[in-house]
Amino acid sequence: MAVRKPPITTREYWAPGHAACAGCGCATSLKLATKAFSEAMEEKYGDPNAFAIAHATGCMEVVSAVFPYTAWKAPWIHVAFENAAAVASGVEAAWKKIGRKGKILAIGGDGGTADIGLQALSGMLERWHNVVYLMYDNEAYMNTGIQRSSSTPYGAWTTTSPPGKYSIGEDKPKKWVALIAAAHQIPYVATASVANPFDFVRKMKKAAKVDGPAFVQVQCTCVPGWRAPPEKSIEITRLAIETGVWPLFEIENGDFFNIKIQPPGGGAKVKREGGRVVAIEFKKPIEEYLKLQGRFKHLFKRPEAIDELREQIKAMWKTLGVDVTLPKPEE
Amino acid sequence: MRYPFPVGKADFIQGDEAIARAAILAGCRFYAGYPITPASEIFEAMALYMPLVDGVSIQMEDEIASIAAIIGASWAGAKAMTATSGPGFSLMQENIGYAVMTETPIVVVNVQRSGPSTGQPTLAAQGDIMQSIWGTHGDHTLIVLSPSTVQEAFDFTIKAFNLAEKYRTPVVLLTDAEVAHMRERVYIPNPDDIELVYRKLPQNEEEARLPFGDPHGDGIPSMPIFGKGYRTYVTGLTHDERGRPKTVDAEVHERLIKRIIGKIENNKHDIISYEKFELEDAEVAIVSTGIVSRSAIRAVKILREKGIKAGLLKLNTIWPFDFDMIEELAEQVKKIFVPEMNMGQLYHLVKEGANGKAEVELISKIGGEVHTPMEIVERVVG
Repeated sequence: MAVRKPPITTREYWAPGHAACAGCGCATSLKLATKAFSEAMEEKYGDPNAFAIAHATGCMEVVSAVFPYTAWKAPWIHVAFENAAAVASGVEAAWKKIGRKGKILAIGGDGGTADIGLQALSGMLERWHNVVYLMYDNEAYMNTGIQRSSSTPYGAWTTTSPPGKYSIGEDKPKKWVALIAAAHQIPYVATASVANPFDFVRKMKKAAKVDGPAFVQVQCTCVPGWRAPPEKSIEITRLAIETGVWPLFEIENGDFFNIKIQPPGGGAKVKREGGRVVAIEFKKPIEEYLKLQGRFKHLFKRPEAIDELREQIKAMWKTLGVDVTLPKPEE
Repeated sequence: MRYPFPVGKADFIQGDEAIARAAILAGCRFYAGYPITPASEIFEAMALYMPLVDGVSIQMEDEIASIAAIIGASWAGAKAMTATSGPGFSLMQENIGYAVMTETPIVVVNVQRSGPSTGQPTLAAQGDIMQSIWGTHGDHTLIVLSPSTVQEAFDFTIKAFNLAEKYRTPVVLLTDAEVAHMRERVYIPNPDDIELVYRKLPQNEEEARLPFGDPHGDGIPSMPIFGKGYRTYVTGLTHDERGRPKTVDAEVHERLIKRIIGKIENNKHDIISYEKFELEDAEVAIVSTGIVSRSAIRAVKILREKGIKAGLLKLNTIWPFDFDMIEELAEQVKKIFVPEMNMGQLYHLVKEGANGKAEVELISKIGGEVHTPMEIVERVVG
């Protein structure tokens, strides 16, 4: 009987027994990311274990470190919030000096990457360390109890952006760290989603194989932080892609003009010119994405805020060189 | 003025919440913070309350930025606060020194957790006592307050603002996860019954020209806040009375640093607060601060029941430190016990104060739990 080869290695680095919530998208992202990394190391260096992990403080660090219930099946260094990229730089530079083959995977959440760790990230990219930085983006500080980060989207409720009489919740547009990383003209930058695992694995493998720094930003659901039902975790992130909230793209060597944009699906019409995506007509309104999450619940009483979010999403796509049309829900 | 919480009555709230409410009643209208366990609840309360009292609650990108923002806000004229825990407090150290050097009134809350490094994020400790006094580099002094109850967390927060404003200095409110997360009955006074202090502002050109001088002869210059028409020059470099950098002038440096340290040291009896419990006829004394004092009071009662003449000195202020008072105590008692949730920090201050007049013994406990009264009793009984 023919046994079909599994689509990805069965080796596990993110081990069972971790303490993440049911439906945690970020746990899925790390499981897939380390598998992809291992495959890339095997293909490039002939050794699936030729990597070490530097992990910033955050929810994924906390839930993956409850020994003896779970443990990382790779060398793993947990460092304070702001330091993952800097410590990864140190491991990589020392490895290089002693001639050890392999790559470093640095992991940080959106708080540890977009806020306190941004300086270390920029330094790591600029010094051209052979490190892949994976930013798992659940769009707030979930570990300390759901405080906003600069990666929190417009309109979202968090404990430090509470909506009320004087506030609609988070009142600033989301900061896209992937674009900041790309501005360093590094070999590879990508955004990904746990709702599209094959695309995510492909991007992680590509990031792991390039020579020099790479950055991948993956959106993943936080069930308690997004006030989302656990069984809808993947559906929500898929809707983020299909409604235009979360773009999937790749930028190589800082070449923004030749940005590669993955079709969002969900019936969206993609217009290309010379192979380049120039316009997308989305068919699903962003309300479909928002309504599944309690963090956006209050926006439905203030439709003007949803329209503002639509404008911000259009502006973000404009930065990517794409004209988008975002439908409003049918009355 | 309407407050977004009940005033003039008692409430049942956490220490973190009490600190946030006290800050608002003390006139704090600017909060800059960054999430960290176990201090996040202060920020979350500020995020809710500040818009309702026409204040600012702003989330910064890290703790360095948080303290820098409140220094800026203080120079803009606001009473300003930030709150953090050990890892964030370590990051703030450079700017605590800057606030000392530029005589900027700010309140920094450090809700201690067990360290070093990330340590035990959800558990209490007193490992930052020395850091709160000596964490920043160079010759300096500042004020450190240490509450042991939720009511004290409230009261000392108001006191912290008053001292910061009165002496133009950073004040550290050093509490811990136990006080911060505990819920207790707290009396929240009517705003009219709260005595508030606001920094001296220059009354004339002459005063405004000496923002780092001594125009009043008390070592505390008026603060020409930004936007009032004065071209004030503020720098962490050694500066003269007018704020102009004078980095190679030994005399200017000595005059500045001695005045900054002197304005606290010379007024330490106004600043220092403590409570004595059963000390009149005591033969053994316990010296404690913060949450451990709760167990120490009970330990004294048990020891008295056993016929041992024990007493407690509870320090509400950790710095400045009254070494003379400890020496007097050491002359009275045979032995002083210092229970604290670290490997020995307050112990060293007490030992220096005792000056060899009495034996000083450390009762150290680490790992995240407060001493039980019996743990103290057993060590005293021996």
